Amino acid sequence: MKQSTPLSATRHKPSAIDHSPSAGSFLRAVAAIAWKDLAAELRSRELLSSMLVFALLVILIFNFALELDVRTRSTVTAGVLWVTFAFAGTLGLNRSMAVEKDRGCLDGLLLAPVDRSAIYFGKAISNLAFMFIVEAIVLPVYSVLYNTNLFNLGLIGVILLGSVGYVAVGTLLASMAVQTRTRDVLLPILLFPVIIPVVIAAVKASSGFLQGLAASELMTWINLLIVYDVVFVAVAFMVFDYVVEE
Amino acid sequence: MIEVKKLVKRFGLKTVLRGMDFQVQEGEFVALLGPNGAGKTTFLRILASLSRPTLGEMRIAGYALPAQAAAVRRRLGVVSHLPLLYGDLTAEENLRFFGRMYDVPRLDRRISEVLELVGLSARRRDLVRTFSRGMQQRLAIGRAVLHDPEVMLFDEPHTGLDQDACDMLDKVLRDVAARGRTVVMTSHDLARVEDLASRFDVLSRGVIAASATSQNLGSGNVLSFYKQALAEQP
Repeated sequence: MKQSTPLSATRHKPSAIDHSPSAGSFLRAVAAIAWKDLAAELRSRELLSSMLVFALLVILIFNFALELDVRTRSTVTAGVLWVTFAFAGTLGLNRSMAVEKDRGCLDGLLLAPVDRSAIYFGKAISNLAFMFIVEAIVLPVYSVLYNTNLFNLGLIGVILLGSVGYVAVGTLLASMAVQTRTRDVLLPILLFPVIIPVVIAAVKASSGFLQGLAASELMTWINLLIVYDVVFVAVAFMVFDYVVEE
Repeated sequence: MIEVKKLVKRFGLKTVLRGMDFQVQEGEFVALLGPNGAGKTTFLRILASLSRPTLGEMRIAGYALPAQAAAVRRRLGVVSHLPLLYGDLTAEENLRFFGRMYDVPRLDRRISEVLELVGLSARRRDLVRTFSRGMQQRLAIGRAVLHDPEVMLFDEPHTGLDQDACDMLDKVLRDVAARGRTVVMTSHDLARVEDLASRFDVLSRGVIAASATSQNLGSGNVLSFYKQALAEQP
């Protein structure tokens, strides 16, 4: 080992940024965390593969268990889809935070001199990306298995809104649950009661679009999804620091 | 550089730190000794702003904790017995990630310097999960010094390392200390800290029970100082 290497070649001197971190450094931290999660997942494929296999198994089991006729299919599709997304999403949320906890990496993130909500947004963005990838694969498979056309812009919009709400709450609760010994069991117990409004609104709106209703007739549910997304992103922004600190 | 007054930390009904006072001057290397459960790790986690104190005042490099925690964290480098590194990223990618989190200027050059410092330049593109425990710990030190912190906290950094890895870690620790960094290190390995530290504090039952400098103690006396400090505790 060379002792001559300068330890302080780029010595950082205190500056105004130490007192009020800029929006730029906040966004850079968010982007760095999201990039890190995606790069690590690209290598390991642990999280995506488990979410995907689970999601595909769920829709396959429903397909055989319900033995649906053509008419019933259109009414249960939204419910089956959202149950699939919710269950697969829980696996992803758990794994995403467990990776941070297992090797002490969460402490590494918390030691960074950035507003800790940047950690929340970085993790939420990567979790959302994983959800979207799984949804993008599940939808065509579901279409083939259930012989239903799911390529409906309104439905895709609802899936995007519902996923944002789900991930906003899920990332926050996963950060809480990961601090406990029973994190695998605790997350669904904490998460499912809180996401009932988003699941109900998403199922109702999705079902409406699949039955050919106009967007104006579904605005109640779409508005509920938007309000839920905004409220829970704001709540997470405010409380994340307290959730992760001992 | 570090000033702690009347620090209390409770977890529910259990009080771990009981009005602890602690000061460290700039450039000092303090070994924090104590039996298991004395509160060493809890204390370091509070200094690192990973845990909130129940009561007490703390300042690091002039910044108050927890009010100015972000400013304190910019001046801290922390190494624990866990590597705090991502196994599915390469050594270089890990440093690049943490460099971005700390806004390190001229990051590419700094990463090369740090990898050379910890002797991992040849393994920069290898995944961290393929590293031995000793190599991971050296990279963990690289991560901790990447943003050139003024204060370094080491929480039992020798845990789980073999003899060679411990020796290499000691070289890096000496280098850190020689460059004027303020260091606080917890350890159970008294022989090792005796060679490294300039001051020895014994933490027992939530307070500093005894303190001595290496000059006061002389060579080979840390073990007897430590035993005496614990024996004199009520």
